[in-house]
Amino acid sequence: MPEPLLRIDGIDAFYGDFQALFGVSLTIAPGQVVAVIGANGAGKSTLLRCISGLMHPRQGGISFDGEPIGAMRAHAIVRRGIAMVPEGRRLFPSLSVEENLLIGGQSKRPGPWNLARIYELFPVLAERRHQPAPTLSGGQQQMAAIARALMSNPRLLLCDEISLGLAPIIVRDIYAQLPTIVAEGQSLIIVEQDIVQALKAAAHVYCLQEGRIALDGEAGSLTREAISAAYFGV
Amino acid sequence: MTLWINVIIQGVLIGGLYAMFAAGLSLIFGVMRLVNIAHGDLIVLAAYVALMVVQGFGIDPLTSLLLVVPIMALIGYALQRGLLNFTLGEDLLPPLLVTFGLSIIIQNGLLEFFTADSRKLNAGPIEVQTFQVIHGVWIGLLPLIQFIVAIAVIWGLQVLFYKTALGRAFRATSDDQSVAQLMGLDTRHVFGMAMALSLAVIAIAGVFLAVRANFDPSIGPARLIFGFEAVIIGGLGSMWGTLIGGIVLGVSQAIGAQLNPGWQVLAGHVVFLAILAFRPQGLFPKVSG
Repeated sequence: MPEPLLRIDGIDAFYGDFQALFGVSLTIAPGQVVAVIGANGAGKSTLLRCISGLMHPRQGGISFDGEPIGAMRAHAIVRRGIAMVPEGRRLFPSLSVEENLLIGGQSKRPGPWNLARIYELFPVLAERRHQPAPTLSGGQQQMAAIARALMSNPRLLLCDEISLGLAPIIVRDIYAQLPTIVAEGQSLIIVEQDIVQALKAAAHVYCLQEGRIALDGEAGSLTREAISAAYFGV
Repeated sequence: MTLWINVIIQGVLIGGLYAMFAAGLSLIFGVMRLVNIAHGDLIVLAAYVALMVVQGFGIDPLTSLLLVVPIMALIGYALQRGLLNFTLGEDLLPPLLVTFGLSIIIQNGLLEFFTADSRKLNAGPIEVQTFQVIHGVWIGLLPLIQFIVAIAVIWGLQVLFYKTALGRAFRATSDDQSVAQLMGLDTRHVFGMAMALSLAVIAIAGVFLAVRANFDPSIGPARLIFGFEAVIIGGLGSMWGTLIGGIVLGVSQAIGAQLNPGWQVLAGHVVFLAILAFRPQGLFPKVSG
């Protein structure tokens, strides 16, 4: 077993007095694709907020490439190589498509991704590079959000609900690009409510239920019954 | 007829100064939704910093900008990182209260240190030099320089905002702070840079204010009001609109003063209120979307 890229060790996270995560542990190896599934409010987004540094766990530790990052602020974590595709895309509305990508790339980490490579992967973004971000369609905005995160050349990419609010055919197109992205050796955490997509894309699956890991295992080894039990808690 | 042409030209030229008061104010509000009540007092502080530099080094006021601008920018960065960043959040009230307090502290600090005496910076012969454009219409050299500097400042801010990486960071942070952090922007530093830039503009405005007329520690709040009025008249979020806003305010005041010397400031307020009543989005609001 190689040294994990990301190790989360029993973290508790709170919003004020409300506890959102209870002793969550998770590891990701370099190049591994992991899916985190769970119902609304299970703590998936909170977990991503803790990894990306927007929130700090009250208990437990997070280490990335052997370095503790649990108390670090978000911009410092990006520089170490974790990038996030936020839920709902959240492109910068007053910036053009290309300016959005450049903001993603301003941490100046070296690596395979640059504007030219991005435009090769998503040609439609090249056509619309000078348009304001809000003029893109939902699917194009999702591509731009993924591209913006890739511009920082992350070693670990966090994707929060990339299928949310998109037509199934668009979701399929976007997921079809994931192997290209992973081919560069990046690790990937996919947070999804769309279990079918998540199981197809990931090697390992964690299921969160009410802030706890209810189930985890190789994607192929989990039965539908086990997943629905962990998902719904019945 | 030439009388009114002269009056309007004076108004336009002073409008450049008002636009500089306003530019720093609207920049800060645009980037971090902070209404800086101490803005006017910081302009006066810049005038006193210039006074010390001019007296200390024996240089003329316009040259003193080479020192005053970086000094004020440093003060701005330190102020943001050391104080104002801690007041920012969902609530608009804490920064308002803290900058209000800051305004009082600056006024009283200046009063303690420099007394209530009126001061003025002396720019030498260019203060009184004028030239005749057409028969009977005169333009002062100093007001003209001031206006050209104001246009250069507005143009410079426009370029910085839309053509540089720093400007991109300002706009991204203004759009969405938490996503800006997720993209690797240290928003505390970005805010510090915005305040440094705002105070750099304040420094230029403060020096021209101090050369143009007498100043003392108490005149800050009125400069803040002129700045606010220029921003609102021009429309929030547009730098060129801010310049037009300053000019409209300057011309209104000049016409008011010509009708009756007591009406100068009043005329500006009346035009401001009229704009607020009939076109509250300002003359050149930012096009959204």
